[in-house]
Amino acid sequence: MDAETHELIAAYALDALDATDRARAKELLASSEEAREELRSLTEVAATMATAVAGPEPAPGLRDRILEAARSEPQNLVSLDDRRRSRLVPALGIAAAVAAVAALAFGLWGASVSSDLDETRAALARERAAAGVLARPAAEASLTGASGRLVVDGDGRAVLVVSDVPPVPRGKTYQVWVIDDGRPVSAGLFAPADGTLTIPVDGRVGRGSVVAVTVEEDGGASAPTGKPVIASVPVTLS
Amino acid sequence: MVGRLFDALDPPVRTGEPPVLSRRIRDVLVDTLPTRARIRQDDSALRRHTHLSDEALVALVARGDDGALGELYDRVGRVAYGIAYRILRDERLAEDAVQDGFLAVWRSAASYRAERAKASTWIVTLVHRRAVDIVRREERRRAEPLEVGRHPDAADPLGSAEEVAWLGLEREIVQAALRSLPDAQREAIELAYYGGYSQSELAERLGVPLGTIKSRMFAGLARLREVLDEAESEGSWTPRLTS
Repeated sequence: MDAETHELIAAYALDALDATDRARAKELLASSEEAREELRSLTEVAATMATAVAGPEPAPGLRDRILEAARSEPQNLVSLDDRRRSRLVPALGIAAAVAAVAALAFGLWGASVSSDLDETRAALARERAAAGVLARPAAEASLTGASGRLVVDGDGRAVLVVSDVPPVPRGKTYQVWVIDDGRPVSAGLFAPADGTLTIPVDGRVGRGSVVAVTVEEDGGASAPTGKPVIASVPVTLS
Repeated sequence: MVGRLFDALDPPVRTGEPPVLSRRIRDVLVDTLPTRARIRQDDSALRRHTHLSDEALVALVARGDDGALGELYDRVGRVAYGIAYRILRDERLAEDAVQDGFLAVWRSAASYRAERAKASTWIVTLVHRRAVDIVRREERRRAEPLEVGRHPDAADPLGSAEEVAWLGLEREIVQAALRSLPDAQREAIELAYYGGYSQSELAERLGVPLGTIKSRMFAGLARLREVLDEAESEGSWTPRLTS
């Protein structure tokens, strides 16, 4: 890692970045195991600084207020040992499901420390939707351009599960498209990362839809500007 | 299944066990002194929780166990509140930050991964982030002078004897490590972590180029890591965020 990368990660660990740099750091962390390891180490150091502070004790009522608020809040429960759910994913395969949930877990951990709560909530909602699709797959389509598959549930919600997506040049992003009758509609952006990625596809897919991925400028494009690097075969939903 | 889940989540083996004497002191203190968790010994669920690792507790929280969340609060809440109060200097805002942080733990416990961070670090990080977000929205702070190297409460009477033994020791070691840094580096990381200032705010307020702030921050944090690693490898200390 170069000095600039070290500096970015250190500032991230200290929560000293503003929004733009935070986003840049997250992008870097999504694509580099080495950067994640450095963040892990520096985050432990930064958190240790919290113990050097002595101050007043929290009010006695705070514990109960937290527990009360927790009880009235829904949780994001992703359970691996829910047998009922396991029985329902024969088409995807248990190993793939575990890998997918592990990928979800990393994404969520990243989201939960790295963004504001509102952003976290949005990420949670997306990940929860993806987990829902993976738990009740109605159809799958194979991919060209990457190993993985497109998984679709009975309502036409879809998730791309892809492995080892190569990095994109700085300033570029992957963009997902749902193509019906030759017309592409943007279905979200994602950053490349090692391992298995689970990418919720915005919108719905139907019979004959193709899901494709292109490389676009940061922020995405309103229409694909290049040839797809990943594409599904047309979806066959009964 | 639950047993295996916990095996997988046990914290990594630590090098440099705390010295026998310290461990014994701790055992004696834990056995004789009431802590908030131990006062509730009549509650069997809570007593069960006191024997679990922080990481195992997070796994229980992920299954909707609010007693486990309460136990995590008993362990990490004091440090979490301390850092939130240091940043916000307002009891109500600090409580908001702690509550939001613990609710984030509750909501996203299923996503926690032990290999990414210790559970206590994860929780403190969530609360710290929340406090920083709140202070950056607070206009009044913009007019305040910068304060560096002030540990106003260090000399205050400490709480329980257990706190004297553990948080007190922790505080002393970390403060000594901070004092050993070159002033400019210490200033940069303290204003960031304890003040909630962003790099660009600091560059502006200190009248120093942004690039200088960035390199001081990394150099300071990396140096602090070295000093704390040395303390740990001498066997005198193991980092703990819990009380």
